[in-house]
Amino acid sequence: MPGLTFTYAVDGNDYHKAGEASRSAKFALKKLGLPPEVVRRVGICMYEGEINMVIHADGGTATLKVGMDEIEIELEDKGPGIPDLELAMQEGWSTADSQANQLGFGAGMGLPNMRRYSDEMQIDTTVGEGTTVRMIIKIR
Amino acid sequence: MKKHSVIIDKSKCVGCTTCIKACPNESIRVRERKAKILDQRCIDCGVCISRCPHSAIRSVHTGLEVLEKYKWNVALPDQALFGQFTAVFDPNVILTALLDLGFDDICEPAASAELIAQAAIWESENGTRKQNLPLISSCCPTILRLIRMRFSELIPHVVDTVIPIEHAAMLARDRAARQTGLKPEEIGIIAIVPCPSQITEAQSPELLDAPVIDETIPIVDIFSELESAVKKVDHPLALCKSGRRGLTHAYSGGEATARKAYNFIAVDEIQNCIRMLEEIENGNIPETDYIELNACTCGCVGGSLCVGNPFNAKLRIKKMLGDLPEFYREYDVSEIGKEPIYASKKLEYLPAFLLDEDRSMAFEKLTKIREIRQKLPGIDCGGCGAPSCNAFAEDIVQEKAQLNQCVFRRGNNDGQ
Repeated sequence: MPGLTFTYAVDGNDYHKAGEASRSAKFALKKLGLPPEVVRRVGICMYEGEINMVIHADGGTATLKVGMDEIEIELEDKGPGIPDLELAMQEGWSTADSQANQLGFGAGMGLPNMRRYSDEMQIDTTVGEGTTVRMIIKIR
Repeated sequence: MKKHSVIIDKSKCVGCTTCIKACPNESIRVRERKAKILDQRCIDCGVCISRCPHSAIRSVHTGLEVLEKYKWNVALPDQALFGQFTAVFDPNVILTALLDLGFDDICEPAASAELIAQAAIWESENGTRKQNLPLISSCCPTILRLIRMRFSELIPHVVDTVIPIEHAAMLARDRAARQTGLKPEEIGIIAIVPCPSQITEAQSPELLDAPVIDETIPIVDIFSELESAVKKVDHPLALCKSGRRGLTHAYSGGEATARKAYNFIAVDEIQNCIRMLEEIENGNIPETDYIELNACTCGCVGGSLCVGNPFNAKLRIKKMLGDLPEFYREYDVSEIGKEPIYASKKLEYLPAFLLDEDRSMAFEKLTKIREIRQKLPGIDCGGCGAPSCNAFAEDIVQEKAQLNQCVFRRGNNDGQ
């Protein structure tokens, strides 16, 4: 089965570059002829993940594995970890700082959106060590 | 395939690669030292026309000679035309000059814009049409093509009203047939346009089943004759049938204002538009109801077939607005209902960037592209004739280029 892996380094200090990985991934998926709806969902999940890594974790790595039936997104960071995952998953909950807020980020919709637009989502997080978010988006 | 109105003059093109870098849609290549436009990707934005240092890229030329093809000629002057003349602040002067040049009648796109704006206001106040907020304006054909190729998920956000100049064309044809009793082919509906995008649109409309405009004359091709005629107008006729809200469509933000979309964003210049569409696609939807996107700087006054500086043109039109009523005519709902202001064709996804119809082939091709890309320097020098190393790798896989065209790979005989 053919498969493609894309790896993107997400720069933790560059708000203006946040979204680059998502943009580049979407363009590749469109070239493959994946349904626009799938491309959009991948785009949103990656974008939210990237923003989270920039705001909270000083950057990280986004990996996209594209198969014929599904797409796996893995977002890995060495940030502070999420102390209360249940709370973090609530819409509107955010610990983003004022700089992020001024730039229009930190609305507390990142993780909820990622869950909403992916088919499966798994979060491994350890306070002080980092967070890995894995999402699956099925190609229907 | 769509016919495009942007053409390369091979006698002037030196193959300098300026255009391939300027093109926002990666749709130009230099092959055998001449620029070549990839028809399936060109969105007719005209950026290459403005940027070519050798004046080798232009639109198809059309001048006043087309008037001889018809017995009755109706001019459709795009709103941007009104900002082209130094110290002319009365639209009637320009409209009178058009009649002096040989047009028999005028049907103003600005008046149609006014009607469409009133319909939109009525709809949004009464909630009569299903709307996917934020709405995206349908006024710029280049943006429509861009959305179809690269942002097809956003198609449901695009409003379904036709471009004002097309409404004006339909109105003009009806009126001319009634007034003159001539056969349809004896009537010429002639748009005077600011950009190549509108030339292409006239030939193959994005939102209509069939073309409604017979000829398009670029502003730049009629300018010197029209300017002389404008200077000779002593007593302008009271021809203008549009108000402020019609004429403001000439520049960015005008259409949204006309629709009373107070909570709007108006984006101009193609790269800015692409960035905005990317943000919307990311789900980062701006806090607004209406998004007007114009491919040219300042909107239509910045079209690549305009003559003057777009900022000057915008100022002139703003000065012109002072003497106009808000609306030339207030339409009532029953009248609006009879007008052909809605699209007769739906926008559809255009797979211009698809590597292969067959998905597993597309996977294979993308795998190869990434392998080839590793062998390239990654400095996007353009020496190979493609705008970037990525685009070049793709061209190789699609058998439109060869690895040895890369200046860094020449003489590198590793059998690849």
